[in-house]
Amino acid sequence: MLHTTSLVGDAGTLVGQCVARVEDATLLTGNGRYLDDLPQRKDTRHIAFLRADQAHAKIISIDTKDARALPGVVAVLTGDDVAALTRSMTVGVKADVEAWPMARDRVRYVGEPVAMVVAVDRYVAEDAVDLIRVEYETMPAVVDPMAALAPGAEVLHPSLGGNLISERSFRYGDPELAFSEATHRVSISVVYPRNSCTPMECYGVVAEYLPSEDMFDIAANFQGPFSIHTVIARSLGVPGNRLRLRTPPDSGGSFGVKQGVFPYVILAGVAAKVAGCPVKWIEDRLEHLSASVSATNRVTTLSAAVDGTGRIQALDWDQVEDCGAHLRAPEPATLYRMHGNMTGAYAIRNVSIRNRVVLTNKTPTGLNRGFGGPQVYFALERLVHKIALELGIDRLELIRRNLVPTGDFPYRTATGALLDSGDYSKALDTAAHAGKLDKLLAVRDAARAEGRLYGIGYCVAVEPSVSNMGYITTVLTSDQRAKAGPKNGAQAVGTITVDPMGTVTVKTASVPQGQGHRTVLAQVVGDILGLPMGDIRAIVDVDTSRDPWSIAAGNYSSRFAAAVAGAVSLAAQQLRGKLAEMAAQQLGCGPEAITFAGGKVFDRANPAAGIPFGRLAGTSHWAPGTLPEGIGQAISETVFWSPPELTAPNEKDEVNSSLCHGFIFDFCGVEIDRLTGQVRIDRYVSMHDCGRILHPGMVDGQVRGAFLQAVGAALYEEFVYAEDGSFESGTLADYLIPTVMETPDIQILHFETPSPFTPLGAKGVAEGNCMSTPVCIANAVADALSCENITLPITPSKVLAMIGGEERPPSKPIAKPVKAKAKPGERALTGEGEADVSSPREAVWHMLLEAETLAAIIPGAHGVQKLSPDHFTATVTLGVGPVKDKYEADVRLSDIDHLNSVTLTGAVTGRLGAGGGSGVIRLSDLPGGGTRLHYSYVATVGGKVASVGGRLLDGAARVIIGQFFQSLARHAGGGTGRPSFLKRIFLLFRGR
Amino acid sequence: MKPARFSFVRPQSRQEILDALTEHGSDASVIAGGQTLVPMLNMRLARPKVLIDAARLPDLARIEEEKGELRIGCAVRQAQLEQLPNLVSKQPLLARAIPFIGHVQTRARGTVCGSIAHADPSAELPLCLIALQGKVHLRTRRKARTVRAEDFFLGMMSTGREPDELIEAVSYPTAAPGTGFAFQEIGRRHGDFAIVAVAAVASGDGVSLTVGGVDDVARRFDLGAGRDDGLDDALNDIAWSLNARDDLHASAAYRREITRRLGSHVIHQAKAEAARCQS
Amino acid sequence: MPVLNATSRHEVTFRVNGTERTVRVENRMLLSDVLRHEIGLTGTHVGCEHGVCGACTVQIDGAPARACLVLAAQAEGMNIRTVEALAAETGRLSVLQQAFRDHHGLQCGFCTSGILMTLDALLAAEPDASEGVIRDALSGNLCRCTGYEPIVRAALAARDTLRKGGN
Repeated sequence: MLHTTSLVGDAGTLVGQCVARVEDATLLTGNGRYLDDLPQRKDTRHIAFLRADQAHAKIISIDTKDARALPGVVAVLTGDDVAALTRSMTVGVKADVEAWPMARDRVRYVGEPVAMVVAVDRYVAEDAVDLIRVEYETMPAVVDPMAALAPGAEVLHPSLGGNLISERSFRYGDPELAFSEATHRVSISVVYPRNSCTPMECYGVVAEYLPSEDMFDIAANFQGPFSIHTVIARSLGVPGNRLRLRTPPDSGGSFGVKQGVFPYVILAGVAAKVAGCPVKWIEDRLEHLSASVSATNRVTTLSAAVDGTGRIQALDWDQVEDCGAHLRAPEPATLYRMHGNMTGAYAIRNVSIRNRVVLTNKTPTGLNRGFGGPQVYFALERLVHKIALELGIDRLELIRRNLVPTGDFPYRTATGALLDSGDYSKALDTAAHAGKLDKLLAVRDAARAEGRLYGIGYCVAVEPSVSNMGYITTVLTSDQRAKAGPKNGAQAVGTITVDPMGTVTVKTASVPQGQGHRTVLAQVVGDILGLPMGDIRAIVDVDTSRDPWSIAAGNYSSRFAAAVAGAVSLAAQQLRGKLAEMAAQQLGCGPEAITFAGGKVFDRANPAAGIPFGRLAGTSHWAPGTLPEGIGQAISETVFWSPPELTAPNEKDEVNSSLCHGFIFDFCGVEIDRLTGQVRIDRYVSMHDCGRILHPGMVDGQVRGAFLQAVGAALYEEFVYAEDGSFESGTLADYLIPTVMETPDIQILHFETPSPFTPLGAKGVAEGNCMSTPVCIANAVADALSCENITLPITPSKVLAMIGGEERPPSKPIAKPVKAKAKPGERALTGEGEADVSSPREAVWHMLLEAETLAAIIPGAHGVQKLSPDHFTATVTLGVGPVKDKYEADVRLSDIDHLNSVTLTGAVTGRLGAGGGSGVIRLSDLPGGGTRLHYSYVATVGGKVASVGGRLLDGAARVIIGQFFQSLARHAGGGTGRPSFLKRIFLLFRGR
Repeated sequence: MKPARFSFVRPQSRQEILDALTEHGSDASVIAGGQTLVPMLNMRLARPKVLIDAARLPDLARIEEEKGELRIGCAVRQAQLEQLPNLVSKQPLLARAIPFIGHVQTRARGTVCGSIAHADPSAELPLCLIALQGKVHLRTRRKARTVRAEDFFLGMMSTGREPDELIEAVSYPTAAPGTGFAFQEIGRRHGDFAIVAVAAVASGDGVSLTVGGVDDVARRFDLGAGRDDGLDDALNDIAWSLNARDDLHASAAYRREITRRLGSHVIHQAKAEAARCQS
Repeated sequence: MPVLNATSRHEVTFRVNGTERTVRVENRMLLSDVLRHEIGLTGTHVGCEHGVCGACTVQIDGAPARACLVLAAQAEGMNIRTVEALAAETGRLSVLQQAFRDHHGLQCGFCTSGILMTLDALLAAEPDASEGVIRDALSGNLCRCTGYEPIVRAALAARDTLRKGGN
């Protein structure tokens, strides 16, 4: 087979070298061309979104009148406006459900777009967003995936009849027999949280609509896969050739995440069509964190059948995948990406799998570095750790006994993957030696002898790369697949072109987001054509109207080195073959004797009589008539390459989900600070077999980058949702990306077994540590604490709860705050207090029931209306410090017990969010005259303030409620603002 | 994520700042470094009608040492205080706490008085002001007053500043001879808001502990000159007396436990330092 | 006293990279937007607009600062330096920039401008900055690609070259 032959050029000096990147000079001088840097037409208008501030609610009405009337506003569109001009987005499973890029009848996650404003600039667009009024009817939110499956759970999409959108069970080998014969059955249940690799650049789209051609011309910092092009074109209602999708030359990181820009590509297209001018949308960080995409959270129960020697005979997987509010293409791919690799690096022949996909009131999920790997390995490698402990076998020894045996490659896993190459045992032993595992064990022993908390973690993993475009169809039954027609392969395309001056341009559709593809392509082609890198220029952004591409194009599943660089090498080799024939004709030798080196083409036997490459390469432009017979042209060669190993899933649901399989062995030592519960990574060693290494610096860069993100996932980062679906990680002060201070140096080791299936022998390497590192750290923490139940992120708070034991009780009983009477799924803030006022009880009582009282006691209240004796509305200004705004308040009095007690129930809604609550006020006489006013309250707060100010929210709400009662007391004659009195009030208002 | 519209006043003198405050009152926010206010503006959490720039006047950007105090004007950047020669001997607590405030890039712009005005319960500078029993100097067009730190901070982001008042300066007492100081802080990441921050000040008269990040304001506790054997009980009472919060970064129980542990730690450190000074 | 009303655009004059510039903008426009969209210096990037990520770090009066936390109205009279001014001439990288290239201190490059401006200011103020000081300064800049270690190595290499008198 052609692609198993080595295609390294004669010189062979560039590939494998740590050459300087051709991308860097531009980026270092501030000359990068990211999406928001591109030149734009003068009449470009800007988009801002109104987004849902609650997790689950019916949209009763949307009033856009004031927004439309604002000078500078071009258009305001609601979900129904958008739907009238589009079709529902394609959903990847057979289910009766629609997926719109903007909410229509109801909102299903905090951050979901509700309305879109097009205006003269972003500032004015946001002004207009502020003027849109939406009336919601709040519904119970479903946040936890297991709760979403429970009978009686609120249903997000009524057409589905429940929140389960896909369920499949799989069986490979004879798992029941293996479990019945097993000496041990070991199980673990784990929860993998929500997080994201969070690129530094947010989403961006510039869209233009050409009415005379009914065509959309859209630039977006999209990363692929370009199968999504079809989803966008279908939704916009145009044929594929009427959607020109372009990517900018530079992109500020993606890690999968920028696949999720596509709903906004659709929305911007609609906006351009309606506005009649180009439109631009630059996502801001608050939008990105709450509403771009997230990795899936998953609940897994995994059991192993283990024999007396520690050999794992069978695995039983039960996975519940939470894809958020909508199943967006290509989900539920996260769940199926690893399907061929559910046995990890181990030779396990019997497997059963139950996969369920549920929808919850959280942000829809999408591509994210590691894509399914972190979730699978967290369960699998935690289980292996546990098996070793239960069987009393050294953990590394247990791993060794179960690895895919050396010499069995290519190895077909039980679930259908073909592990291309490797020597796992040797790689593991090499790493243990080079990484000085024995020393680390001694460090642990010494630390423990001193009473310190020190643990060691291990993880072995198979890192899949170059996804089979057909793997996702494993979610369908064999019959459904047969009806839909086969999907398979992983097309990669490379074009190499020479210009009349004989310089070389390489074109491919890889859409890098910082990885340095242009450099590697220059290395690869330089070697084949014997040219210095500077003579080769690679173009890697995509224009779907002009460039060769396929649905598999893009920057995902670590496909560049293995597939794309390989395709380019094949194109270069093809061109080289033609040039060799031309040179042979001119030099009078056989083409096999032709050598390309040093910018010259020559007969190996006579290097002195060479032809300059440029002159030879230009021949096809200047004198095509002189070309040897059969050459045709030697200007441009395009090669589409798809590996034959990537076949569609078979009728037994076996699937070779990825072409290449790297091997990883990680081990680490962590120390836990007994005082604070903080986890410190003392040492981390990561061994990678990623096949042939094309650029060592870039491989190490990918390992380090993935490691950083994995440290984040392990110890810091989480998208936190409150029980009511409020999103609490809305800023980078709450979603905690590690800084340089939290990121330790690591030792990276390599072991090269070239892939027999890729043109260059390379495999992917960029995602491995996202898969291996979180569980490696978790295993180390488990070892340090002798504790099984580890949940990510491993925060000091969680650690201290594990090691600190019961909290020391107070020396005297503390008055317990009133138990919140919040409904299930609501987050409540409670408090109580009292104030003594000078007025007699009757006067205070009457005052309480007056509208004027409300007007007087609520700072900034105006327009108080008494709708009935016990129902008031008002506009109020609430806030703490500079954070204040106007709210619409609605207050009712109930449980009126004359002169004794009254319940105030109220709700406020405003641009920053909504709050509600009720308070009971009780009056009693004071011995020396005057009245004691006792109050207790339950309040809930949600919306934007919860997303960006969660840390301060409860305290701020207490201050506001305090202001209310302080005013009430003052109004009742309780004080004239004397500081001592106020201070006493404030002490009382501390919530007890 | 862009601010709503506001008018902007560029006063040429302190008097003009006060005039503007009188005119606009609660419609106005004073902006100095803007490192806390501008994020709030960008998120539209704050929508003042008027911003009054208090950072442009050199007169207000002075640090003066007088009567055992460092008097820090309202335009003094945090970095300026950090770089004050001999800060570590003038007031070791400040020297130890300032590196925990945000990052060099925010300390370069953020002001000391701005942090005091903002009254974030996790912020280091209000904590130090309370721990050292410093003062806040307020001025309106008509009158000036000085408020003790413990009376100034009223709650989460709430202070005793009236809408027409300018915090024209704050005063941090300088270190008295024979006094020991210690500061510790736990955050999730380097530079993050404190989950718990503690400061201890020890002298022959006794030791005090100030705890930030736990309750709605930093709170100071006088522990007298008692012996160490009652310390654990005292710290437990302190921990429970604080209205600790659960949030996404830490549980209330964690905050209480860290208060006990770090509290003990800094008290011993401060006492040891005081003992060294005295010997 | 000068009062700039909320709804109009106003002239603001400041120096950028040694050249005096006057723009007519609303008070509320962020310096990051002024630099990028009014002046066309797109090398300063916007990553969070709430002062945490550091991508927009520029130098104001010699100190590193977040451009997203400065309002246009505040910029009057400022002396601002951006990444575009680091290289002494086109086609030649500064010592710091070259060190980043040599040590693979960048991947996507989006955070790089802010990091360079932080380090350039630091090494100017503290030519002998220790690794600890360098890391502390860098902790105000988030990077998602590199894992930071190559950045630290580049910074140390640049410091050493500059100490030896390189430029």
